[in-house]
Amino acid sequence: MFHWLEKNPFFFAVGVFVVIAYAGIVTVVPDFMESARPLKGVKPYTTLQLAGRQIYIENDCNACHSQLIRPFKSETDRYGKYSLSGEYAYDRPFLWGSRRIGPDLHRVGNYRTTDWNENHMLDPESVVPGSIMPKYGFMFDKSMDFDTAYAEAYTVKKVFNVPYDKPGMPKLGTYEEAKKAAIKEAGAIVADMKDQAVKDAYKKGDIKEIVAIIAYLNSLK
Amino acid sequence: MQSSNAINYDYTVAKYFTVATIVLGIVGMSVGVIIAFQLAFPELNNLAGEYGNFGRLRPLHTDAVAFGFTVSGIMATWYYIGQRVLKVSMAESKFLMFIGKLQFWLYIVTVAAVVVSLIMGITTSKEYAEFEWPIDIAIVVVWVLWGISIFGLIGIRREKVLYISIWYYIATFLGIAMLYLFNNMEVPTYFVAGVGKWYHSVSMYAGSNDAMVQWWYGHNAVAFAFTVPIIAMIYYFLPKESGQPVFSYKLSLLSFWGLMFVYLWAGGHHLLYSTVPDWVQTMGSIFSVVLILPSWGSAINMLLTMKGEWGQLKENPLVKFYVLASTFYMLSTLEGPIQAIKSVNALAHFTDWIPGHVHDGTLGWVGFMIIGALFHMAPRMFKKEIFSKKLIESQFWLQTTGIVLYFSSMWIAGITQGMMWRATDQYGNLTYSFIDTVEVLHPYWTLRAVGGLFYLIGVFMWAYNMYKTATSSRAIEKEPQYASPMA
Ligand code: HEC
Ligand code: HEM
Repeated sequence: MFHWLEKNPFFFAVGVFVVIAYAGIVTVVPDFMESARPLKGVKPYTTLQLAGRQIYIENDCNACHSQLIRPFKSETDRYGKYSLSGEYAYDRPFLWGSRRIGPDLHRVGNYRTTDWNENHMLDPESVVPGSIMPKYGFMFDKSMDFDTAYAEAYTVKKVFNVPYDKPGMPKLGTYEEAKKAAIKEAGAIVADMKDQAVKDAYKKGDIKEIVAIIAYLNSLK
Repeated sequence: MQSSNAINYDYTVAKYFTVATIVLGIVGMSVGVIIAFQLAFPELNNLAGEYGNFGRLRPLHTDAVAFGFTVSGIMATWYYIGQRVLKVSMAESKFLMFIGKLQFWLYIVTVAAVVVSLIMGITTSKEYAEFEWPIDIAIVVVWVLWGISIFGLIGIRREKVLYISIWYYIATFLGIAMLYLFNNMEVPTYFVAGVGKWYHSVSMYAGSNDAMVQWWYGHNAVAFAFTVPIIAMIYYFLPKESGQPVFSYKLSLLSFWGLMFVYLWAGGHHLLYSTVPDWVQTMGSIFSVVLILPSWGSAINMLLTMKGEWGQLKENPLVKFYVLASTFYMLSTLEGPIQAIKSVNALAHFTDWIPGHVHDGTLGWVGFMIIGALFHMAPRMFKKEIFSKKLIESQFWLQTTGIVLYFSSMWIAGITQGMMWRATDQYGNLTYSFIDTVEVLHPYWTLRAVGGLFYLIGVFMWAYNMYKTATSSRAIEKEPQYASPMA
């Protein structure tokens, strides 16, 4: 048979395809529905958090940080309760990462505050001597991109039925409503910050990236 | 049938991709050296504002070496080997020549778009699938063009039986096509919501499912970019350069179908102790161990091809590259399965041991094969002697030293870090704070960066040697049958 295949490229290609394709189907498909089910109490991100998440991705924080606490005592002692599948139901994409050059961040919102994060993002070494994390000072100057965050929330609501605007779930509403809500949510964070330029910008309706990323980090619990 | 000497092979496209391989190799590995130094000396993160820090550059490194250096190498060798083993020249078909050139230029444009977008921070975050949808579309087109080229050339072939290398190129084409399409299913948000960045998209899968699809892809991108096409190369270049026939046809058959069958099941080993279903993890673990068999099958087949001819290792530096490449292939296909054993993975995952494993494969196996392959092609494409044998020798030893420094430092770093993360004192409290486990790595990270630098210098030596070969080396009248002529 193999000799025959080697003279018939078409059937050879079909053979290879069949052999490599079904492994994917068998491993991925059976639990697809089950794995997509959200854990009770897990909510989709607000647009401000989502904007922060986009900044996290843009700067590839996941190159150095995992968001997956494995079920070992050494990990639960360090980072908190181990991660459950249903907690990730609204994570598109997932951000588990593959390296821990820095610590896991899946529950960092439980033990780091706005104030701590503000100092740390500006100059990690000033908070944790010996840190090798890059400085993210530019986030204090760059304005966040509300529009793309709204577009993403709107898209997942429409296309994947993510339960925005359902009872007990975050409100998305229209573009204007969402923007108002984001500004309000940002206000609470800005109040806890001390950088004067960020505060001044906020008064003019300009939310800096640092505010959004802190909102996202605070939401990781 | 015509004898192969009577056919005038046309290497235009192979030459284009040869240049691309060298240039992108230099780019990708220079970035690798930079990020390696950034971990050891974090001040280096601030040289170019937001555009030059580790987070922005790491995906640039991985994609430039994988989709730049490696894929160019695959294309260069395909446009060389394809004609020769099918016994048909590109010059015989204007259409295929056009497709080849179109593929090249579109590929270059796509690579440029990738470099710019990654530095700008435009990314989906998925490893080796960072590109947003407009670039994904361009990549699919490039890939389809390659498919046309493969099957077009096969369609007009004179040699009816497909040589082993062709099997592996076909598998590369199909494997990447399938994986890439499924993993990059995404919805452009602008077209749904009408606001925001036009190129932004959101993944079709969420959470654990997204992870499962991503690592089914990620693991097999390694299979179909770093393994399968490289085997295609060694099956051609080792017998050609050494003048020895492949040791066993049966073994090549067995390893090919074995590899195809087993590889795709092993992706679960990236997700051990995660929240994907247990049976997926167990299967990933088991199949990873089984994977040793077909992997070693190919490697042993290659080493035995040199049976009784080990003297060539002394005389011919290219054979040295190929033989060491097979050896590194055996090393990393033994190491990978060990890391896939659950209890080992508990320690190794998330540590430096993983990039350690990656790089004995990529530097030793992928890098050495591509470098050795293009050296073999140069005299035949340019009709010139290789410029300097001495330079190849020094390059070989410098790079081998670099690889050894790289993986040994990463092994120590990874195991040290893994042990420190889990160490507890007599009362059961964690002994070390996280930052302790970072600071301890400084010497190993420095050593790794130096090892990488050695390897990069070797790449520059290769580039220089290739350039001199093409431009100012002594011409040869007749194409050499086996060992490549070198001055
Ligand atoms: C070069 C790798 C690297 C990158 C990139 C990186 N970090 Fe870090 N991060 C670290 C290291 C190392 C630490 C531990 C030392 C410290 O606290 O500064 C850390 C610590 C942290 C902590 C404190 C966690 C804790 O448990 O104390 C937070 C929060 C954090 N990083 C957020 C981020 C965010 C957000 C980004 C992206 C904008 C980012 N990091 C990018 C390496 C990195
Ligand atoms: C000059 C030599 C090189 C140096 C110094 C280098 C350095 C690095 C560094 C520092 C990382 C990040 C590791 C981490 O996150 O801890 C990395 C990752 C990676 N490199 Fe390289 N690299 C080199 C060559 C290559 C080559 C030639 C290839 C492939 C052909 C390659 C493929 C990869 C891949 C796939 C990863 C991701 C690994 C993972 O996710 O664990 N590298 N490299």
